[in-house]
Order: sequence, then C-alpha cells, then structure tokens
Amino acid sequence: MRADTQERGSDAMTLTVDRPETVEQEPGPEQPKRLSGSRIMCEALVAEGVEIMWGYPGGAIMPFYDALPEYSIHHVLVRHEQAGAHAADGYARATGKVGVCIGTSGPGATNLVTGLATAYMDSVPMVAITGQVARSFIGRDSFQETDIVGITLPITKHNFLVNSAAELGDIMHEAFHLARSGRPGPVLVDVPKDVQIEEALYTPAVRPHAVPEGAGGEYARAADLIARAQKPLIIAGHGVIIANGYDELRSFAEKSGIPVITTLLGLSCFPESHPLSLGWPGMHGPAHVNRAIDEADVIVAVGMRFDDRVTGKLETWAPNARFIHIDIDPAEINKNVPAEVGIIADARDALRALVDAVAPADHTEWLHSIKRNARPEGPPKDTTFITPSTVVDAIKSATNGEARLVTDVGQHQMWAARFYGYNKPNSHITSGGLGTMGYALPAAMGVKAGCPDEPVWVVAGDGGIQMNIQELATIAQEGLNIKVAIINNGYLGMVRQWQQFFHNRNYSETRISSPDYALLTAAYGLQGRRVTEKEDVQRQVEWAMSTPGAVVLEFCISQEANVYPMIPSGGSVATMIEEPEVVE
Amino acid sequence: MTIASNGHGRTLVVLVRDNPGVLTRVAGLFRRRNFNIESLVVGHSETPGVSRMTVVVAGGAAEVDQVVKQLLKLVEVLEVRDVSDGSPLLREMVLIRVGADASQRTEVTELAKLFSARIIDVSHGSITLEMTGAETKVDNLVRLLSKFGIREMVRSGRIAMARDMSDYPVETVEALSA
Ligand SMILES: Cc1ncc(C[n+]2csc(CCOP(=O)(O)OP(=O)(O)O)c2C)c(N)n1
Repeated sequence: MRADTQERGSDAMTLTVDRPETVEQEPGPEQPKRLSGSRIMCEALVAEGVEIMWGYPGGAIMPFYDALPEYSIHHVLVRHEQAGAHAADGYARATGKVGVCIGTSGPGATNLVTGLATAYMDSVPMVAITGQVARSFIGRDSFQETDIVGITLPITKHNFLVNSAAELGDIMHEAFHLARSGRPGPVLVDVPKDVQIEEALYTPAVRPHAVPEGAGGEYARAADLIARAQKPLIIAGHGVIIANGYDELRSFAEKSGIPVITTLLGLSCFPESHPLSLGWPGMHGPAHVNRAIDEADVIVAVGMRFDDRVTGKLETWAPNARFIHIDIDPAEINKNVPAEVGIIADARDALRALVDAVAPADHTEWLHSIKRNARPEGPPKDTTFITPSTVVDAIKSATNGEARLVTDVGQHQMWAARFYGYNKPNSHITSGGLGTMGYALPAAMGVKAGCPDEPVWVVAGDGGIQMNIQELATIAQEGLNIKVAIINNGYLGMVRQWQQFFHNRNYSETRISSPDYALLTAAYGLQGRRVTEKEDVQRQVEWAMSTPGAVVLEFCISQEANVYPMIPSGGSVATMIEEPEVVE
Repeated sequence: MTIASNGHGRTLVVLVRDNPGVLTRVAGLFRRRNFNIESLVVGHSETPGVSRMTVVVAGGAAEVDQVVKQLLKLVEVLEVRDVSDGSPLLREMVLIRVGADASQRTEVTELAKLFSARIIDVSHGSITLEMTGAETKVDNLVRLLSKFGIREMVRSGRIAMARDMSDYPVETVEALSA
C-alpha cells in the first residue's frame, strides 16, 4: 500500500515523501546486479512483493534507510518498535502475506522481542530486519550491540546473522520462504552496518511456496473412524484460517453432519450463524461446549494444537474421544494428545480430501442434545451498567458484520470472542498463544493496511490500551481510519477476576487509573468520547462509524464484571465456575 | 547434562549443517522443551560442512518422538536417525587418572591390560589411562579403579553408528531390528 492510497482522517497530518518514480530496471531481473547491501535488501523486499513495512531508524540501520526512499515500499514510522512488530503481525494475519518490520541494533532490536514471541506462538509469517554493529565491532560490547540472534533463538522459526553482502540476497529470500512455508512463523535477519554498505552481486531468487501433502491412506482410516462415530465433533483452529480452508471446512462439516467447535484463534473460520456451529471450548467456553467435548467419541482436530487453555487438565479432557489430528507441523501430532489418525497436511488440502473420503451422515440428535444444554445468553441481568456484549453487538450492527475485530488481552478479549458471533472469515484477530497486552492497537494498524476498505475495530481494556497508546500518533500521522473501543472497568480486569476467585478478593495492584481518553485523543489530533449510558452505546458507535478517521470510544462498564463460565487453570468441566443466577 | 552410564536410552544420530551457532540451537531446543538428554557429542562427519551429533535421550517413546520431530524443525538439521534398534555400534572413550605410587603400579597396569586400556601418562604419584569401549565396560573400569582414588576423569559420552547389514542374511537383519 502506498501513502497516497490510504484513507485519511480529516485532521490527519499529511506527509509527502520525495521519491523517484521507479528504480533503474536495467539490466533485466535475472541478471546479477552489483549493489550495496542496503539496496540488495530493498530489491529483495520488492521482489518478494513487499508494499509496506513498519519500522524505526537508528545508527546501525541507517544505510538501509538511506536506500529505502528509492524504492516503492511504504514505510510506516511507528512510535515504538514493539508496535512495528505487532503491526507487521496484524498485516500478516489479515492478508496471509509476510509482514515486515525493521529496527536498529541494541534497543531497537530488543524492542521487537515481544512482537516476535507473539507472532511465533500464533504461527504468523513475518520477517524482522535488524541493524547490527559493524562486523569488526561484534563481540566487543560495542555501543548498541546486542546478540539479537541469541535472544530470539527460541522465539523465531529461524534467524540469521548476515556475514557478507554476498550472502545477503539469498538470506533475504530464504527468510521469506521460511516465514511462509509449512507452519508459518517469524524469521529475523540481523545485518551488520558494514554489510549494508558493502557491495556484492545480487540475483532475485524468490522461492516458490510448497506445502506438504498428507498420506493418502490416512484419509481412508479417518473416514472409517468418522463413519463409526456416534458423537463426533470437529475442533477447528487457526490452521484453517492460515490455509484459507473456510469452504472446505464447511463442506466437510455439512457432508459429515459433525458439529463444529472453533478455538479462540480459530474463531471466524466457520460462521457462528451456521446450525452446526457450537462456539468455542476451554477455560471460558460455554459450559455446553465443554460438556460436549466430555461426551464426544471422535474428535476431528484441524489446525489446532491442544493448548492448555483449551484442554485444561489433559488427563481428564475428552475422556471418551479418539482423535483424528490434522496439522501441517509433524511435531504437533502426538505432542499433547495421542492421535489415532495423524495427518500431516495443509488444513485446506486435508479437509478437501476428507470431504471426498467421508460418507454423508446426520448427527442432528447429537447436535440437539448438545444445544439443549446451552444456557441462554439472554439479555444482560445487570441493567444499570453498559455490558461488554452491548458494545460488541453495537459494533456488529453498525458495521453489518463486515468489521475486522482486533482484540487485546483480558476480560474484554473473552467477551468479544464470546458475544460477537463471527460470520465473516478471518474477522477476529487476537494474540492467543502469548496473550500479549498492548497488541491490539498496533496490530490494527497492520490489519487496516491489509484491508483498507473494511472497517477495523480495536476492542481493548483500560490496561492494555495504555501499553501501546503512543501509536495513536502513528495512526494520526498515517491518517488511518481505525475505530477503538476501550472497555474501561478501572481494573486489570482479568487479573482482578482471578484475585476475586482464587485470592480472596485481594485486589493487589490491579486498580488502574486512566487518562481522560477523549482529551488524550484530541491531543493526538483525533476524536474521542466517553460513553457511560447503556442507551447511548449504539448511537456513539454509529457516530464513530460516520466520523472520518480514527475515533476512540471509552465505554465505562461495571468494575467487577466477570467472564463466565470459567474453568480454573488446570481444571476440568467438573471444576467449572458458572455465572451466579443473580449478579450482585 | 549427565553422561550416559550404560547402554540405556535411545540413541539418535543427528546430521547438522556445520554453521556457527548450530550447537546453540540444538542445545537451546533441548533446554526449552525440557527434554531429558543424557549425552550429546558433536564432531565432523564424512561430508565436509556437515557435523554429526550423537544424542542419547533418556525419556520414553513419546519424548523420543518429540525430540526427533522438534529437531527436524530446526532449519540446519539435515537428518535425524534413531539407531537404537538393530544392535548399533556404541562406543565411549574415557581418560582417567588415578593415584598410584610405585607399589600400586603393577596392579593398575594389570587392570589396564584386562580392559585393553592404554597407559598414556605416568608420574611418581599417578597413572593416566585411556580406554574406548562399550559404556558398560567403561563403567567397570571406573569401578575397579576407584579404590586407587580417581583424581581426574573425562568421559566422551556415547558415539554411535548403525551396523552395515548389507551382507547379512535377511532373517538376521529382521531379527535384529525387530
Ligand atoms: C504484557 C502483559 N503483561 C501482563 C499480562 C497479564 N494480564 C493478562 S490479562 C491482564 C489484565 C488486562 O487488563 P485490561 O487491559 O484492563 O483488560 P480487562 O481484563 O480489564 O478487560 C493482565 C495484567 C499480559 N497478558 N500481558
């Protein structure tokens, strides 16, 4: 995306960047060209189709920034490198393309760490580029030297310290290839300053995208198990979204008649309005969904990894089930749950093969017996306060369900996951594996860049929003049309809830104050309002939608609202805490 | 990491690209996944640019399965082979220095002969031996020498190779790998 095609809010600052129309195209793309390391980096980015990246300059990456304006890549100057990494992550999740972020050596690189760990846990394809001190300074504790390759070993799919400009081009292309192939993930490329200046020959070498195929016989065995199941379930995860397997999942569910559960990261891979949709499992999943898992005799798990927030105590989880596990990462098969049939494949390919392999079946009775147990969500019992479900309902109706919701971490995340009812593919974006507070606002910048014509809403808590609130400046500078809903309960709500349940209401260090968000937003040149009345919610959300540019709405909710039901960490359905009939 | 004291555990042969930092990646993987590794030995292989590791995993089948799969996810790991079945060739080397004055020297030398160990250094107060063999044999040597007082010792950890079965009768191969 280029700067000139972006939506701009009325008050947005306009930036013009002087850059030549095109880069020299001679000689042809297949001919090796003699270039500086920084131009090799730029050429490789362009060859990989990169149109936008998020970053922050500094000493060790200056040669790259010197070359960048010659190329048609839109660079977004974030206000903190962590935000750059989250924005690249949001872009990648929304588009399926590789997200790119960049920072300087030392503190610039370490600021990327949380963003890399977030992307790694959720299998998000990303390339992070860091400047490094010049080769002759490495290992001497030089100014702004940090071993970022060492630091990010366990939180990247792979990483590189580039030793010469001659290997830089191949490493850049290899990084993109690794990031998007198989199970996607972040890859870091650390480039010493003198390597950015050194010249070498460069030939573009974009690697084709290859996905493994599952073994044919496994599908027959899977179909056999499915045919004999009385109480089967599908649990679909993030893998279905990554593989674009929406239609295939739907065909498989409809043909086999099997009810569908989606994990937190799988939300929006299957329309929640579909009669076979059951919602999500685990710690905050509705009781009837967890009870269904308890009873199920066959579970078809697609592109999910049996996270402990889904399973609770493994020994007591799904005690009657036999598992068919489909994942692109062989290491996921049998990692947490033993699979009777393990299929190593791209989720879409596997689902397509399963559609052909299974016989049409009907499990209406099983489906009804599950749904009969569902507790009606009903109108909120607490009438005085704004409830989280009112807010997400208002967003959904004001956007005709077309919005992409980017949520932060905490109670509001669970409420937004639970009450929204996702029907549009890939419309729910959140940090699931790492649970990174401060993720939503910067990630939304990437989502918006990837989907410029779709409404993008952030739903965040008053704690998490303050972790990266500085990005309102980036949003203003870029003129991004992002709407933000802050669910303000005056607490680090999710932690306060645990303190209430498990620590005798000892609310130690969870009370948190907030700035006047409307005033703060105005200071950034954007518009914001505080909403305190339930009756006002819908109107204000509509106002936000009709206001050009970014808008921040603060919704004041009850301080002690809880997320129900809840299975305590490491527990099971038997230890579930349900909502009390009367809310105090 | 402790050293395998016997032939127990599964033996993995891991071929890796001989890049700087590859050992850190492998060791880091074992640490962060909390794998139960008994020993890890690295050296050159027959192919230039490829190093060969011998890894002894103490855990059960599920853990070994995870070790293999997680290793294969490392970009610089080229191949992982479980050579535990089919009576592999397993060896360990030890250097061991014991206290021995002139009066004890004959006894130590006798032991060395029995174990085909070589004496590689002698002083008035000590003898240093070198021995290569199956780990149980190394254990035995260490046990018998301990009464002299072990001053210093280094054990290499297990190195392994599968047997070349190309000219064995089929039944033998099948029986061995069963
Ligand atoms: C970076 C980071 N620090 C700490 C936590 C632990 N944590 C999880 S939820 C939560 C509370 C979030 O509070 P808030 O943003 O106000 O959202 P609420 O739960 O009230 O909706 C905390 C502190 C975290 N997930 N991420």
